[in-house]
Amino acid sequence: MTVMTAQASTRAPSINTGWVRYLWRMAMLLVLVVFSLGVSQVAVAQADPEREMITAAPGISADQWRQVRSGDTSSNYRDSRHDSNYSLINASGETWRILRNRWVSPFGLIAVFGMASLIALFYLIVGRKELEAPRTGKKILRWPLLMRSLHWSMATLFIVLALTGMNLLYGKFIFRPLFGDAIWGAMISASKVSHNYLGPLFAILLIIMLVSVVKKNIPRKHDLEWLKQAGGLLKKGQHPDAGFSNAGEKVWFWLLATVGLALVISGFVLDFPNWGQSRDTMQWANIIHAVCGLGLTAVSLGHIYIGTLGMEGSIEGMTTGYVDETWAKEHHSLWYEEVKDQAITEEEVAARKAGDGHSEPSATRTS
Amino acid sequence: MAQMKFMCDAERCIECNGCVTACKNANDVEWGIQRRRVVTLNDGEADEMSISVACMHCDDAPCMAVCPTDCFYKTDDGIVLHDKDLCIGCGYCLYACPFGAPQFPKQNAFGERGKMDKCTFCAGGPADSKEEEYAKYGSNRIAEGKLPLCAEMCSTKALLAGNAQDVADIFRQRVVHRGHKDGAWSNNPQASTDNLAYDAARKG
Repeated sequence: MTVMTAQASTRAPSINTGWVRYLWRMAMLLVLVVFSLGVSQVAVAQADPEREMITAAPGISADQWRQVRSGDTSSNYRDSRHDSNYSLINASGETWRILRNRWVSPFGLIAVFGMASLIALFYLIVGRKELEAPRTGKKILRWPLLMRSLHWSMATLFIVLALTGMNLLYGKFIFRPLFGDAIWGAMISASKVSHNYLGPLFAILLIIMLVSVVKKNIPRKHDLEWLKQAGGLLKKGQHPDAGFSNAGEKVWFWLLATVGLALVISGFVLDFPNWGQSRDTMQWANIIHAVCGLGLTAVSLGHIYIGTLGMEGSIEGMTTGYVDETWAKEHHSLWYEEVKDQAITEEEVAARKAGDGHSEPSATRTS
Repeated sequence: MAQMKFMCDAERCIECNGCVTACKNANDVEWGIQRRRVVTLNDGEADEMSISVACMHCDDAPCMAVCPTDCFYKTDDGIVLHDKDLCIGCGYCLYACPFGAPQFPKQNAFGERGKMDKCTFCAGGPADSKEEEYAKYGSNRIAEGKLPLCAEMCSTKALLAGNAQDVADIFRQRVVHRGHKDGAWSNNPQASTDNLAYDAARKG
């Protein structure tokens, strides 16, 4: 348009020559500008394609891929997904997978089955620890009703949790090919639901249990001697001194107080994703939970063995609540010295139990 | 048989979120779940880069390896699918997945997450009827001979889906065109003998 008006103005010689010159210059300038635009566009088109690419679409550098792998979610990180706090690449996922599948799974199995076979071997070679002296027939209260119910509730929960937990880790290798998808689906779903709902219940009972027996499980000097002699389990007639709890029971208590609590805490982290803990936190919680759970399961086999098959008279303390005087004297000598005056006959025990239960002392004396 | 793969060209993605929307629309994905997400690094800076990411249908899929119910399976096309009837919502696939692909409709107490949902490469999943399949997993475009809608609709063709070899060929051509010396395959001993890469090095 401007060029055209300039051309039109040249056809009007009547106008002042200064103005004409001025318009001429303007016209020439405009023509030059328009022409140069064309030339420069050609120049751009012929530019180095590599340089053009650098300006048009900056290449993604190795540094940026390193940034991706680092799990960066700094202030200039955006994720289009609602409420997402996930990095682009979850690098720790692979670590978790390797830890779980290559370490925890096989070694957990080795721990549990290794323990079971060791106990079986021990039973076959050394055998049951019988009472040395004949039973006196007099009974001493060892576990009052409340503690017995607490113990058996925990025992039931522990077994259910151990079995469902192991089903979550190993079940797919055995039961899916064995039963087929329909039964397997119901089975694994029930495992997960019961594990998740019963777990917190076990946690509460564990804490109550730990608090109620902590006084009986403070380590003492004579416990060292007990441990050195392996509780007299290996030799006939050997009975190292022990209070209400022997060193073996104390080890079990402190395992529950440390590993058990770690198990319970990591369990809560996994069981309540609504608390907003991150994916990474749950990965670690899962490893801790599995290691502690499998470890305690392995050790619990020892506890179960010694309480049932492994030693004569032990189970009575947890079923009837009363132990025989001879059992107390042999296995808990120091405790026996304290409570021997409380020994009662079986008839008296029966009379106590027939009563409304109030006559049964609610707690035993501690050693 | 094809080996299906996604690939997102980070130098082309313009963060338009078209893939996210296309996926939600094609698969009628549950509220609160986005099977595909677009991640932007260094937003607003000179080295800003965006990538669209969903399930990458790994060859050695970590989700498959850690799933307690073994609900994952691989189709003949290399697509990783899962059976929602078997899924117990434990979240392990999410812990293991490199791409944050598995998602859960809920995140409640006692590990109540509901059934896991993730990208199916628009290949549906195990179900007795077409209706059930659509309701549970979304559309099965693969059965209709179509590729995933996200990639089909990508405006800059940053997101590619299809047979791994075809996707790789397209991407390699692009990189060669961009003039990388080793034709995109860094540290690949084959790069030196690769004709395209060789030409690129000459022309560059």
